[in-house]
Amino acid sequence: MLPDKEKGFMLFDRELPQDEAPDERLKHYKEFSTSLPPERITEQAYRCMNCGIPFCHSGCPLGNQIPDFNELMKDEDWEEALHVLHSTNNFPEFTGRVCPAPCETACVLGINEPAVTIEINEREIADRGWREGWVTPQVPERRTGKTVAVVGSGPAGLAAAQQLNRAGHNVVVYERSDEPGGLLMYGIPNFKLDKQTVLRRVGQLKEEGVEFICNAEVGVNVPTSKLDQYDAVLIAIGSTKSRTFEGMSVPGSDLKGIYPAMDFLPQQTRRVLGKTVKVEEILATEKNVIVIGGGDTGSDCVGTSLRQGCKSLVNLELMPKPPVDRVGSNPWPQWSFVFRSSSSHKEGGERRYSVLTKSFEDDGKGNVSALNTVQLAWGEPDETGRRQMQEVPGTEERIPAELVLLAMGFTQPETDTFVKELDLTLDRNRFGQGIQANTLDFMTTKDKYFVAGDARRGQSLVVWAIHEGRESARAIDLYLMGESTLQASDSQGYESLSLEGSPVGT
Amino acid sequence: MSKREISRSGLYEPYYEHDACGIGFMCNIDGKRSHEVIQNGLQILVNLTHRGACGCDPETGDGCGIMLHLPHELFKEDVLEHGFELPEPGDYGVGMIFLPKDRESRESCMQILNKAISEGDQELLGWRDVPRNSEAIGWLARENEPTVRQVFIRRSEDLSIDEFERRLYVIRKSATQMIGNSVISGKSEYYVPSMSARTIVYKGLMLPDAMDKYYLDLADERAMSGMALVHQRYSTNTLPAWSLAQPFRFLAHNGEINTLRGNLNMMDSREHHFESSLFGEDLAKVRPILSPGSSDSANFDNAFELLVRGGRDVDHAMAMMVPEPWSGHESMPDDKKAFYEFHACKMEPWDGPASMAFSDGVRIGAVLDRNGLRPSRYWVTSDNQVIMASEAGVLHHITQDKVVKKGRLEPGRMFLVDMAEGRIVDDAELKEKFANRNPYREWLDTYRIEMPTDLEEGTSTQEETPLMERQQVFGYTREDMEIILTPMAEDGKEPTGSMGNDAALAVLSPRPQLLFNYFKQLFAQVTNPPIDPIREDIVMSLETDIGLEGNLLGESPEDCKQLHLKSPILSNAQLDFIKKLDRDGFRAAVVSTLFEADKGPAEMDRALHAICKEAARCLEDGANMIILSDRGVSKKLAPIPSLMATGAVHQYLVHKHKRSECGLIIETGEAREVMHFALLTGYGAGAVNPYLALETLDDLKHREMFVEKKPGMAHKNYIKALEKGLLKVMSKIGISTQQSYRCAQIFEAVGLNSAIVERCFSGTASRIEGIGLKEVALESLMRHAMAYPEKPARRAELDVGGAYRWRRRGEFHQWNPETVAKLQHSTSQNNQKTYDEFAEEVNNRNRTLAALRGLLEFKEGTPIPLEQVEPASEIVKRFCTGAMSYGSISAESHENLAIAMNRIGGRSNTGEGGEDPRRFERDEKGDLRRSAIKQVASGRFGVTNEYLVNSDELQIKMAQGAKPGEGGQLPGHKVFENIATVRYSTPGVELISPPPHHDIYSIEDLAQLIHDLKNANVHGNVSVKLVSEVGVGTIAAGVSKGKADLVLISGHDGGTGASPLTSIKYAGLPWELGLTETHQVLVENDLRDRIRVQVDGQMKTGRDVAIGALLGADEFGFATAPLIVSGCIMMRKCHLNTCPVGIATQDPELRKKFQGKPEHVVNYFFFVAEECRKIMAELGFRTMTEMVGRADMLKFSPLPEHWKAKHLDFSRVLHVAKAWDNSTLHHSKTQDHGLDGALDHTLIEQAKAALEKKEKVRIKVDIKNVNRTVGTMLSSELTRRHGLGMYTGSLPEDLVWIDCMGIGGNSFGAFIIQGVTLNIVGESNDYVGKGLSGGKIIVSPSPEFSGIPGENIIIGNVALYGATAGQAYINGVAGERFAVRNSGAWTVVEGVGGHGCEYMTGGRVAVLGETGRNFAAGMSGGIAYIYDKSGSFSLKCNMGSVDLKGLHADSVVDLKTMLENHVKYTDSAVAKSILANWTEEQQHFVRVMPRDYARVLKQQKQEQPEVTHAS
Repeated sequence: MLPDKEKGFMLFDRELPQDEAPDERLKHYKEFSTSLPPERITEQAYRCMNCGIPFCHSGCPLGNQIPDFNELMKDEDWEEALHVLHSTNNFPEFTGRVCPAPCETACVLGINEPAVTIEINEREIADRGWREGWVTPQVPERRTGKTVAVVGSGPAGLAAAQQLNRAGHNVVVYERSDEPGGLLMYGIPNFKLDKQTVLRRVGQLKEEGVEFICNAEVGVNVPTSKLDQYDAVLIAIGSTKSRTFEGMSVPGSDLKGIYPAMDFLPQQTRRVLGKTVKVEEILATEKNVIVIGGGDTGSDCVGTSLRQGCKSLVNLELMPKPPVDRVGSNPWPQWSFVFRSSSSHKEGGERRYSVLTKSFEDDGKGNVSALNTVQLAWGEPDETGRRQMQEVPGTEERIPAELVLLAMGFTQPETDTFVKELDLTLDRNRFGQGIQANTLDFMTTKDKYFVAGDARRGQSLVVWAIHEGRESARAIDLYLMGESTLQASDSQGYESLSLEGSPVGT
Repeated sequence: MSKREISRSGLYEPYYEHDACGIGFMCNIDGKRSHEVIQNGLQILVNLTHRGACGCDPETGDGCGIMLHLPHELFKEDVLEHGFELPEPGDYGVGMIFLPKDRESRESCMQILNKAISEGDQELLGWRDVPRNSEAIGWLARENEPTVRQVFIRRSEDLSIDEFERRLYVIRKSATQMIGNSVISGKSEYYVPSMSARTIVYKGLMLPDAMDKYYLDLADERAMSGMALVHQRYSTNTLPAWSLAQPFRFLAHNGEINTLRGNLNMMDSREHHFESSLFGEDLAKVRPILSPGSSDSANFDNAFELLVRGGRDVDHAMAMMVPEPWSGHESMPDDKKAFYEFHACKMEPWDGPASMAFSDGVRIGAVLDRNGLRPSRYWVTSDNQVIMASEAGVLHHITQDKVVKKGRLEPGRMFLVDMAEGRIVDDAELKEKFANRNPYREWLDTYRIEMPTDLEEGTSTQEETPLMERQQVFGYTREDMEIILTPMAEDGKEPTGSMGNDAALAVLSPRPQLLFNYFKQLFAQVTNPPIDPIREDIVMSLETDIGLEGNLLGESPEDCKQLHLKSPILSNAQLDFIKKLDRDGFRAAVVSTLFEADKGPAEMDRALHAICKEAARCLEDGANMIILSDRGVSKKLAPIPSLMATGAVHQYLVHKHKRSECGLIIETGEAREVMHFALLTGYGAGAVNPYLALETLDDLKHREMFVEKKPGMAHKNYIKALEKGLLKVMSKIGISTQQSYRCAQIFEAVGLNSAIVERCFSGTASRIEGIGLKEVALESLMRHAMAYPEKPARRAELDVGGAYRWRRRGEFHQWNPETVAKLQHSTSQNNQKTYDEFAEEVNNRNRTLAALRGLLEFKEGTPIPLEQVEPASEIVKRFCTGAMSYGSISAESHENLAIAMNRIGGRSNTGEGGEDPRRFERDEKGDLRRSAIKQVASGRFGVTNEYLVNSDELQIKMAQGAKPGEGGQLPGHKVFENIATVRYSTPGVELISPPPHHDIYSIEDLAQLIHDLKNANVHGNVSVKLVSEVGVGTIAAGVSKGKADLVLISGHDGGTGASPLTSIKYAGLPWELGLTETHQVLVENDLRDRIRVQVDGQMKTGRDVAIGALLGADEFGFATAPLIVSGCIMMRKCHLNTCPVGIATQDPELRKKFQGKPEHVVNYFFFVAEECRKIMAELGFRTMTEMVGRADMLKFSPLPEHWKAKHLDFSRVLHVAKAWDNSTLHHSKTQDHGLDGALDHTLIEQAKAALEKKEKVRIKVDIKNVNRTVGTMLSSELTRRHGLGMYTGSLPEDLVWIDCMGIGGNSFGAFIIQGVTLNIVGESNDYVGKGLSGGKIIVSPSPEFSGIPGENIIIGNVALYGATAGQAYINGVAGERFAVRNSGAWTVVEGVGGHGCEYMTGGRVAVLGETGRNFAAGMSGGIAYIYDKSGSFSLKCNMGSVDLKGLHADSVVDLKTMLENHVKYTDSAVAKSILANWTEEQQHFVRVMPRDYARVLKQQKQEQPEVTHAS
């Protein structure tokens, strides 16, 4: 007998599957998360209250119809649940693994109880779909004869490519790396997102008819002019320029042994995939490692370094340690700025907060041997929300390190190749700058050239990238055809029907 | 003051005026004529004055009149002066004529009438000026006063008197026609009150006591009559008209015809098929039969007149128009049922509350509607007279020794005096006569076809188009599956929801909407009561007949050649049955309602024309059943919205006078929820087959979305749920039968242009224009395009919907993640900036998407500095929180709001359900948790004298925004101990709030309740809560006339704890319309300044408040917003008790989660007030008072980019009403409640010793029917002086004993408390012991009255309604609905009318005589003991919630004590004889035991023994 759907939240506690123990999982690079037994997964779905206002799906950039798929899970209609998921999200198996789940911090149950396990539920639906063979190529019934080039095959590019192809356009994806996927492929470590999962999805796209051209960097080994032959071009090249100490007058920041995280992480993935590393190898093995930057990339560096067998690991963060619980000025359903530990942090290493790097020390051979830090004191936020920092005298410290990984964020897309040639305008965003376009038509300052994802908005989450990929695909479809039946995250799409005499058609 | 014309450019619509009143007649049974009869008639009127009303001129009144026999002796002498002589009585007729004042017009009218007389082959004898004294009437009446003359017409010898009467009818009608068609300038003043050889009507705009001062004939001793039929009018309407005073030519009506629109349409349609040998060719001259511009009563009279002049007796005609409820009657003889069934094939009932008094001069009688919703009491005297009136005791001079019989009219029953035969003919005899007129059953069996109900459901017609595509074409959403269809198929119940409707109006939504969504259900409030379709299902019926109608004026067996349906919802097999019919009179033809999609929207227009013509052609080809079908949609073919097709064909056939030739059946994929079926039948469909909904259910079942308990149950349950829903929609407007609901068009359209309305929904109000045919077609094409995209880019899927709850791709909702979060953040952190963002979000979104006020903008004013605007602390005093009962929300949240409102000087509201008296005291922090507003709703839970006294405002809830016209239900498991305490009920026992207030079936009843409450708390204001709908302004005018201090207009979108989704979405209208109409009508009638106007319904921001003020509101109510401030997150599951934030729940665990704080609520209201101040400063208003009603400061700001909203037109909304001289546009005066003359002042004076020293007092007073609400003011004064209450103690029994000699007025002993005893010797009227709060009432007949108490009525209807404690001993029979919703009184009575002990939740009732039908309906608590010697009681008892048992140990003790008391107080002979033989007699008692109550008592008994003694 199934429980009363309306009372599930009063009957069941939040329960997450047990991950493989850190000691064990550190021995390999495979995914270590597990599943709950099937009936207990359903119980978790029962905790969803199917709210009158599901704040969760406003918390989700994609607009995932969370209560709907949870209801279907309660009814054990997994296939339909997968369909609902796919109606807003091309790649639920990715977001089900790597999304920080802003939906869960907006979950209504989260006001006074632990939130619903939305992300795990999503993953379970997606994985089951693949297991059961419900995910099949959806080849468009007819072709429009229009061609679209997508530059970059990260989550934004992939999502756009799939959507555009389904709308019947011929899509060619240019990827400068040897495999499609962008950060999904080489950025995120395999233990968080198994690369077979990515390849599997790319395989679906290929079968649907999307053409991938790898090792093809526009403006480098593909002439920029090539793009001109397409009816539309989507630039989805990400925001890949790492923030470094360059220009910040930190002595020693050019020493050997100091690398941006994105020089370090892809190498490990290549090794896992059995590919060769063609450049100088960066390994943490037997080293004292310092990771600067407490975000997701930093945590990926931590997990990877630990697996490589580092001697010690310290993770530094400029900002203060967040509170354990929400503070009054950060109420539900906002994203909660609270102390979180990623799975990698649970595996080892030490985290320090409010730490400013003052300088790096040379071992005499041009290699880094230590870094000097000072503690910071942070003031209260001013009207604009900004906080002043002050060094605390007498807190200087020296930390030995042979490998320093910089995970301090990304500032902008790489613009010195074709972007420059095309003479696209850039504008400022929260992190630096991006290629200018709005979120209505996603068009750059140049006709038929569109931009989506981090390249436009600055560094962000995978969900945002998928969202922009989908929305820009719709914009391109409208641009090409005058109407679009591609799904939009915020509407059913009536406004983009074109009907004779219709005042609503565009 | 100058004469004013009512402006028609605002929202006022005369069609929606209502009236109600007091009626009565007096006659000599043998018809003997005397002047005394006339005097008595006038006296009846005077003594019913309190049932009428006055507008702004206190001397004008709403009108009254009197019908008499022709006063031959007076005329005979008087006409000599006019130069002619009269023949003998019977040989001439008299027309009473209102003529234009303008001489030229007048003479032209007279000439035309003279011509009509000669064309009718009769001789004009002459004209007489009716002697009148214009000084006797008010100034307003004088301004409209016609010239009144009488025309005398000689009967030609070839005609019998009846034939002559028929000829006079033809003459009158044809003259009226001719004058109407003429160019005479003053023709609108021409009116004929009567024209007959037997009767004459004197009427006009005056107060009763002015009748014989104005019409000198009436005072003339030579004027004599054997009967006098009188009427006193209480109109809700604007300036009343002379012609609308009653009686009409045949009758006087107290009540309201709800089904009027349908009756008008059908009469219009069928009048061209009349054939009558009696009229012959004259028939053409009497058309049109009805006068659509005048009142319901006038039209009823018109139709009645036709039937009578067409050859039927008055009683037969009346039985056709106001039939008894026969379909579910358990004991009605079959031949009588057959009579009604046969006549139902010819004409639908004219349904609604009605007490009709009628006469043709030979017979005089009265009838009551099937619900018995109006009071009618009669006396028969020893000198052969009958006095019948709305109240007993209207002739004060008649002494009790002369009265031989006291009776009342019973529901559906007729009372008739045949003055020719000189006797009273009782109902049974009459009905038997009808039944035996013809072999009706045989005729029915031969000619009528019965729709089989047990057809095997075969596989439905298969369509090639896949299901999903068809669902998309018809706009199915995922919500339809999950929220609407699944629960209906699973449980056979209508789906419920909560928290109101904050989605955009259909015309403001950019998404395509079903045409259904542009309509809102109208509902009954004040002027007529809604019905309880569950507990009073004995009056409800879904049965209909469809097909070719017979000739109304004839009577032949083939008249019933129709298809009889048990319900208008057809299964697939039933539709097939119809399609296959092929015999004379039963031939079906299918007309397709599809059009070619690729031809664009204009094609639909063409197709619509084509199907109308096609339907007419089918009729010509011999079809009698037209089936409009939208089967067969495809990529090529899109459907015309089924409602549009139905409306268009129906109207087309009505205009072609062909509608009565056929049944109209709709086979549609579109209809799926209750509202759809209500609309389709309301606009003309006889039956509907929802094939796609049924197919969808099959699919859902196949996909295991629900479990079917038995094969085929899903369809059955679904249809059952629809039927229940339909009954509910009908009952909301007070209509009992589908037959009458059909075509009655009880809807208002919002956002449709007049061209559509004219073509498909003619007569429906649509006040702000809106989209046209093209946009409707586009909406259909948009859905079609979604199903057939040019290039499909995804798997087909249904729209998410989002109509019932926010969904990201769905409909826009005003409450959405952003607005809720911003509002909570701003108020909890007292952050102005976040509030500004919230307000911006709401105000801006409003502009584009949600409510009508979004389309309004402020005009540019003359700004003043902000400092000059009155402070926010003043403005917040105008704020109230909504009525949410303790029971629907937790104590924590209820008190949170109360504390906040008390802190800022605003007012919180108890809601329905009492209030714990502990909240009347301040707490240790100095906070007061008492709600300033105490609600008085239909359940009257916890409405005690103490509760009323401890209020600042008493709010009578007539309707509720989320579910107007409906009652409520608190299931037993939610009645927790603490809730039961304040509701004076038993924990665990279900509580039902009936749809109507059982003491308000009409406007004068409301005035009575206002009067009662004012007596109960002379220091409090009385407010009346109404819900916006077309006509609410006229009702508000009636409320203002009824002396309410405040009227609240609620929008349709207000929140609710639980309500059927149909009601949340489709009942009621936006407040912008209701408020504006109210303000305009009040101002036009000079009734505005004496009443405060409050508005509520999704109020959120200062801008909302400012717009409300400019449109005419003095005060503002907020409910959802402060709840959200308290933590509500719009879970919309209030009805499930699972609120996860501790607000709408009684679950102790969940209540702990409540996090609201009063200071947050205070912050919110100050934000709103400050925002409002800024607007005031911009506009240049220093105070809110200056701002109220200044609609001239608003402009309509259409949205040119919005493809639907751009077609709206607000000119009528923004019509600026101008105040009368010496008056204001806002509240500025106080009502005169007329309490000065109350008998209680005398009682209080005489009870000084009790009031001051709690000493025993005995008082004796004389009492008449005009002494209303006796004992109430005294009781409240005692409560106040001595601080009495639930926790503070009561007075000793009988401390003040008052002997009342005579006839008590309405509400005798209302809300009296323990310690007060009223002993009346004589009889009393309605509402005896209403809200009895511990007091004792004794009623016994005068010792001079010779009748047997058990056979004579002694108190009126609805006694002990909502009594919470006390005792009543009634030595006689009580009227209908005795002890309805009693929760604590112990009472003995010697007989009761229908619906006794309905909804009772506690107390004890002993009935020592007969009971009426439907006893114990909805009774969930308390016990009734019925002395049932004949063993017939079980037939009359509604066994829905009770069991019948014998007495047992405890009850024997109880009952015996009660009977002993009864003997002690009333000296009852019956009780004495029962007691004398107690051992044997006790066997004859039946114990009526509610099941719920029995279960709870059993539980309790295990804990503690039951109280077994009356106290």
